[in-house]
Amino acid sequence: MKPAIVYKNVKKNYGSVKAVNGISLSIPQGEFFGLLGPNGAGKSTMINMLGGLATPSSGKIDVMGRDVQKDYQEARHSVGIVPQELVFDPFFNVREMLRFQAGYFGKGKENDKWVDEVIDRLDLRDKANTNMRALSGGMKRRALIAQALVHRPPVIVLDEPTAGVDVELRQKLWSFIKDLNKEGHTIVLTTHYLEEAEALCNSVAMLRLGKIVALDTTRNLLKKFSTKNLMLRLNFMAKKALPQSVKNFSYVESDGAFIFQLKKITDIAEITEALKKSKIEIIDMQTVDTDLENVFLKLTGAK
Amino acid sequence: MVTLKTQIIGTWTLLKKELLRFWRVAFQTVAAPVITGILYLLIFSHVLDSRLEVYEGVPYAAFLIPGLIMMSLLQNAFSNSSSSLIQAKVMGNIVFLLLTPLSYLQLFFAFLAASIVRGIFVGFCIYLIAITYIDLPIEHPWFLFLFALLGGGLMGAFGIIAGVWCDRFDQMAAFGNFVIMPLSMLSGVFYSIHSLPVSWQGVSQLNPFFYMIDGFRFGFFGQSDVSPYFSLGVVALFFIVLSFFTIRMLKSGFKLRN
Repeated sequence: MKPAIVYKNVKKNYGSVKAVNGISLSIPQGEFFGLLGPNGAGKSTMINMLGGLATPSSGKIDVMGRDVQKDYQEARHSVGIVPQELVFDPFFNVREMLRFQAGYFGKGKENDKWVDEVIDRLDLRDKANTNMRALSGGMKRRALIAQALVHRPPVIVLDEPTAGVDVELRQKLWSFIKDLNKEGHTIVLTTHYLEEAEALCNSVAMLRLGKIVALDTTRNLLKKFSTKNLMLRLNFMAKKALPQSVKNFSYVESDGAFIFQLKKITDIAEITEALKKSKIEIIDMQTVDTDLENVFLKLTGAK
Repeated sequence: MVTLKTQIIGTWTLLKKELLRFWRVAFQTVAAPVITGILYLLIFSHVLDSRLEVYEGVPYAAFLIPGLIMMSLLQNAFSNSSSSLIQAKVMGNIVFLLLTPLSYLQLFFAFLAASIVRGIFVGFCIYLIAITYIDLPIEHPWFLFLFALLGGGLMGAFGIIAGVWCDRFDQMAAFGNFVIMPLSMLSGVFYSIHSLPVSWQGVSQLNPFFYMIDGFRFGFFGQSDVSPYFSLGVVALFFIVLSFFTIRMLKSGFKLRN
């Protein structure tokens, strides 16, 4: 089965700025893929090139085996992109706008049923005949997502879809997008909410300064960079009296707590035993797992 | 999959959207230019009707109508494509078009056709109101049709260029105020160029608007300042050159896809 998306040594320069600097990447069909990185990492530029909003300076991008430049019409049929900005056409209502969007892709009246289904699944039915101008931010976001889906693309790209969206709507959106993924759609997501990427994405690429700094399954990345930490709050004597056997462990002090980096799980027993012998009282104890945010911060050097 | 059918539906959808877009604000896009045209007609014909006879046997009010129709047609054809594009660019909703499989030729035809329809519709409204109180012969209907079509198309293409090139509304306003308005006012709408000094006649003949209006007027009266066939050739040439330039611009993605 051909990959859903392939970037082959893609570069994009804006003057002297290398927005995307030689990215190669292949996303299999049916994947829920996360594209992560700090602002200016090149995520949106990658998406813009995929959708034809920007032209690569060099390299090649395929969507479902179609070159986005040479075979752009077929390639664009295969992809639905939800832009980051809340843009809308102020002249039309939601249903009109969705039908126009489907029409641009050559879909006629036979597609109206699907348009209505998208409206229903995104809870837009009450607003279907409302002018886009009159919608709240959250509703506009839903309408944007609906617009990307009206032509039933096999690949759906969401550029920061939950930015500025309340928790309830965010949950609804993700539930809907997960359903689409289960139905076989390939999903590509950029987000600043790393817990979302961790919860949703099978694999992720982390970008920094236009380059991929990590590309793996989410599970592998977490495993590769996993460290278990032990956070202890001790009585006031601890700072001076910390025994040498405990000091031998790698630790940092943060906000009045000691955070020990564990190499193995039995380290916990060794540390607590040594503290007990030194008569240092443990007030609070917690173990902390590595999450995607830690991996992201380590790899991108962000703070 | 892209087929001829999907391409036709795509182009028709964009055309329909563009037509609905101006129709939704018809008070501004149709009623306002029609009233402006009629006011010009009322004022100038009232003041000059008894004093001027540009063509033999043609009252000044009648002489004025074709020029006013064509001027409104041209201005509105330009406005349709240019305002649609600049609004979509400034609002950001141009991405909805750029993400679709619509080719540069489909974009060109849809925007152009919508411009022609709006221009002709506004012109036709002025015509209908004007003939309620002024007799206006139609000597060569095919010339009327061809000049309306080519004039609307030429200005529709020019509007696409302006819409793509301009980034801000003030740039677009400058286009309208410093290019379109002077060219249309100095094109012989209100006078025959034979009434001008020889040097100004030469300058007028460099203005493509002059040929569109003079040729259009020939369709009504069978009289014109220059040969209607020459005018038709000039207008067709301008239309082809501008269309070629517009298509090249859309194909390159200039100011749209970067």
